[in-house]
This record gives sequence, C-alpha cells and structure tokens, in this order.
Amino acid sequence: MDENGNKIDLPRKHPLSMQVDLSKFTPEQFIPATEDEKRQQDVMSESTTFFKDGMRKLFKNPLAVGSLVVLALLILSIVIAPIFVPYSYEEILSVNGVRDKGAKNLAPFTYSELEQQYIDNGGSRFPHIFGTDEQCRDYFIRVIYGTRISLIVGFFASLIVLIIGMIYGSISGYFGGKVDLIMMRIVDVIYSLPDMLIIILLSVVLNEVLKFKSGTILARLGTNMISLFIVFGLLYWVSMARQIRGQILSIKENEYILAARSIGAKPGRIIRKHILPNCLSVIIISTALQIPSAIFTESFLSFVGIGVKAPMQRRPGGPAKLSLQAGVPGADDLSAGPEPEPAG
Amino acid sequence: MAKYLIKRILLAVLTVLIICAITFFTMHAVPGGPFNREKALSEATIAALNARYGLDKPLPEQFLLYMKGILHGDFGVSLKNGREITAIIGEAFPTSAKLGVAAMIVALILGTVFGSTAALMRNKLPDRLIVFFSTLFTAVPSFVLASLLLLVFCIQLGWIPVWSTTNQNYVLPVISLAAYPMAYVTRLSKTSMLDALSQDYIRTARAKGVSRFKMIFKHALRNSLIPVITYAGPQIAYIITGSMVVETIFTIGGLGSKFVSAINNRDYTLIMATTIFLATLMVVANVICDLLYKLVDPRIKYD
Repeated sequence: MDENGNKIDLPRKHPLSMQVDLSKFTPEQFIPATEDEKRQQDVMSESTTFFKDGMRKLFKNPLAVGSLVVLALLILSIVIAPIFVPYSYEEILSVNGVRDKGAKNLAPFTYSELEQQYIDNGGSRFPHIFGTDEQCRDYFIRVIYGTRISLIVGFFASLIVLIIGMIYGSISGYFGGKVDLIMMRIVDVIYSLPDMLIIILLSVVLNEVLKFKSGTILARLGTNMISLFIVFGLLYWVSMARQIRGQILSIKENEYILAARSIGAKPGRIIRKHILPNCLSVIIISTALQIPSAIFTESFLSFVGIGVKAPMQRRPGGPAKLSLQAGVPGADDLSAGPEPEPAG
Repeated sequence: MAKYLIKRILLAVLTVLIICAITFFTMHAVPGGPFNREKALSEATIAALNARYGLDKPLPEQFLLYMKGILHGDFGVSLKNGREITAIIGEAFPTSAKLGVAAMIVALILGTVFGSTAALMRNKLPDRLIVFFSTLFTAVPSFVLASLLLLVFCIQLGWIPVWSTTNQNYVLPVISLAAYPMAYVTRLSKTSMLDALSQDYIRTARAKGVSRFKMIFKHALRNSLIPVITYAGPQIAYIITGSMVVETIFTIGGLGSKFVSAINNRDYTLIMATTIFLATLMVVANVICDLLYKLVDPRIKYD
C-alpha cells in the first residue's frame, strides 16, 4: 500500500533474481517452530557490557591484579586497624595509668621493661607492630592515620582537578575560535608557572589567611588540607584541561555530533552525553596519575613544613627527626615542621 | 623561527611578571605585619619600621618600588636577620647550582646509558633489572631516599661523615637528587631507543653493512636523545624543588635549605625573593630547552 492507500502490484520476479520464489511453497510448510527448536536459537552466554569486558581484560593482567590486591589490603587496613589497635595516634604510651618512659624508640614487636613486667604479671599488651617513636607513641597507628590522610588528599585533589579540568577543557574545546584562544592562553601562562614554588607560596599564605569556625567540617580538616585543595584547584587542572580539549577537538568533528546538533541538542547536553563518554579513557588515565602526584606533593609540603598538620596529620616525620638527631644548625627551623611538638 | 622565538620570549617575560605579581600580592595578603612579635613593639617603633621598609605606602606603589628594586638587582633585606637578600642568594646559589648540575649530569648520562642498554638487551636479564629499579626509583620520594642513604651510609656503615663544616660531601646528596630523574630518563630513553631501532633508516644502515657499534651510536642513539632533551627542561624544576629537601636533610647551605628555613621562619621577603629567583630560573631553562629541542630536531614545526 502506498501513501494514498492504492494497492501496489508486487514487481514481477526477475528470472535471474536470486530471491526465493515464494510461489513454490505451500502454507503447510510454514508451521511455527516448536519450543525445542526455538531454544536452539538461544544465546547461551550472557551478553557482556562494555564495562564487564574491560574488567575481564583488567583481571587477566597480573600486574593490575597485584596492584589492586595491594590497594585493597591497604584500604582495608586503614579502615580496620584503628578498631582493634588499642592506642590512639597521639597517645603517649602508659602502663596502668603510669607513663611508660622506657617505651622510647622501640624496635618493631618489642616491649619496654615496664610493659614486659606487666605482661609477666599476666596482663596483655598489644604489640607495637612498627615500634614506637621517640615521644613514646605507637608508630603503627600513626602510619595508619598518615595513610588515611594521604589517600584522602590524593583522591579529593584529583577529583577537584578532574572537575575543573573537565569543565574548562570541554568548554574551550567545544566552542573553539576566540573562546578557545583566550582560554588556552590562560592555560599556557598557568602551565608555565613553576607549580611547586607557587604551591609553597600559596600554602604559606593560605595557612595564615584561612580561619574556620571550630567544630565545622572545614575546621576539622584543618587549614593546611583546605589550602592544599585550593592550590590543586588553582594550578593542577591545566594539564587535564589541555588533554580533554585535545580529545574534544577531534571528537566534535564526528557525524554523530553533527546529527545531535541538527536535531537541536544543547551544547551542554552534547558535551555531557556524546563527547565526554568518548574521552573517558584519557580522563581515567590522567585522573589516576593525578592521585600519586597529589600524594607526593602533599608529602613534600609536609616535609618542608607546610603540609597537613596536627590535629589531622600526625605522620611520623622521619626526615625532620633525622636531621634533628644529626645536630643540624637549621634544626630549630625544622622543629616547627610537620612533626608536632611533644605534648608532655 | 624568529616569530616563534619572539612569542616564546614574550610568554616567558609575561610569566615572570605574573609570578612577581602573585608572589607580591599573596605575601601582602597575610594578616599581621612582619614586625608582629611575641613581645609587642610600641606603635611608634612599628610606624618607624614600616616607614624604614616602605611598608606605609599604598600597595600598588609598593609593588612598583619592589619591581624597580628587582630590576636593579635589589631584593631588599631579610626580615629576620636584616641581611641583603642578594647577598644571601649570591652565597647560597653556587652551592645549589653545583649540586643540581652534578645531579643533572649524573641523571642524564646514567639514564641514557641504562635506557639504551635496556633497549638493546630487550627482555633479557639486564633489561628486567633496569626496568625494575627505574620503576622503584620513580616511586620513592627524594626525602625518603635521602634519609635512607643517610641512615645506611653515614650512621650504620659510617663510610661518610654525617656532616662536616670543612668538606661538604656531595656523593649522597647527588645520588638522592639524581635518582628520580635518572629513573625517568632511563624509561624515556628506553622507549625512544626502541622506537629508533625499529625505524627504516636503521634497517637501511644494517643492509648497507654498517657495523653494530656505528649503527647504535651514530644512527639510533642520536635520534633517541631528542625526547630526553625535552625532558631535561622541566626536570630543572624537579631538581630545584628536590634540592630543598635534599639540602635540608644533608644540611648543605644552599638555596633550597635557605628557602625551607625562610618558610619556617615566615621570612616573607626572603620567600618572595627566592620564589622569584627560582621561578625565573625555571622559566629561562624551559625556554632554552624548547629552543634547543627545535634546533636538534628540524622535523618539529614552530607553532
């Protein structure tokens, strides 16, 4: 039937056509298939999704699986350890309420004299897995808390970088032209700033400037951590923005973008629904690389003396301690560093 | 070329200017002046001190004065000990430069040698070892490595004195400063060497009957060095920031340790001056490296 409802004659079959000549068959030959026959058509294996396929490939790689296991163990231990380790990260060890002055610089899995006495008298004492520091605090729990901070910093810093870089890069790449030119010049300038020096500078200043009301989440995080995030938000997004812009420049030439535009999709929707999913690989890789770089930056700043500080960060500051012991002229400067002053 | 050169230099000048501005204005955003001590000074003293250091003028004017000073090589005086900052930098920088240059040379030479060896002996034992150690060293922060070296060689083995006033020992500082760039250069030059070895001109050279030695050194190595040169520029930034840690740990009185102690003392003029000085150094190094890169590899287009 055509549009006007007129009957159309089927074109006559061409003698050379390979099409099956339906006139040869009788209706009896067209009986429906039985259930048994239908089941033959069933797909036995489940269809995989893109994500599942990727996961399967990931788990075939021994290096990746090994790293995943290590990471999982690490996360598990920082979640669980504080529950069963009876010491807190700033607790100066004491036995039966008496300060244990002998528990200084203990080797891993050893006890001080006082603790040994206590154990001999039938008491039980949780072992110092990593030993103790020179202020008689348990090292293991301090490392656990330090790891928490490092992972939090790494994760949130790369999240901030991801968000800013993605928005900036996609706007610049999608709109192109003058917008792109101006936005990319800004990126060029920020890119050529020596980031570490600016980070140190900003951290010094932000530590002084930022003051939060005590009790709020921001105050609990501490000014150092917040200033670290601000600094990351200000400086580290540029390489992410550049990479995403590069991807978008090539993706936006595709036909499906043109198709989406022609049916009137808004730029925001096109970027979110059509472009960004296609640069996911670049986004994932550079976000993943951002995490260790953020952790390194944080630990470097801690070393210099402007990293995450008490009460959040009480990581055993090895280097600063070491130079103190070595009787260094600059040691006075360092005691103001990452290691908090002895509490008692 | 000329256009590119001009553009690059203009961008560099702009960057340095922006760094100066950021440094100046962030430092002035800090509440409390440099003369806030535990012992309160009298109003008159503070006013006199402010007038003495030009801190009573409006901020933009102070900035212009500061820029004028910098252009005349005058960074002002340290707020903590009153010494000329130019003098402080002048005596601390040579030490840092010696350390940094030594580390850079070690990193570049050893990195290229290791990388090329790994590429030439691909999938054999040396390659595996080199890959393992380069991965290890890229994952170890310099302060951890420096502390470990200090602990093992100075305290436990006692081969090298921990610290001496007369003869500063550069062996351990250079090792700990060079480890990361060396590992990175190794990986970089391995990849580029493998890439160079698979090129057509290598096949041609071998077909001509060029000796293996000549093929490696004249054809493959020269081309594989190009990415290493690009890497050397940004690496200077690493060396400078790394030197802060390494100099502090090994107590070498270079610019890095001066910077760290300036931060801890909140000596703002010294922080500003050091930041500007080091930043300018990095920017200049990057420009030189970029230009060198274009000179070495004519295939690269100027954009």
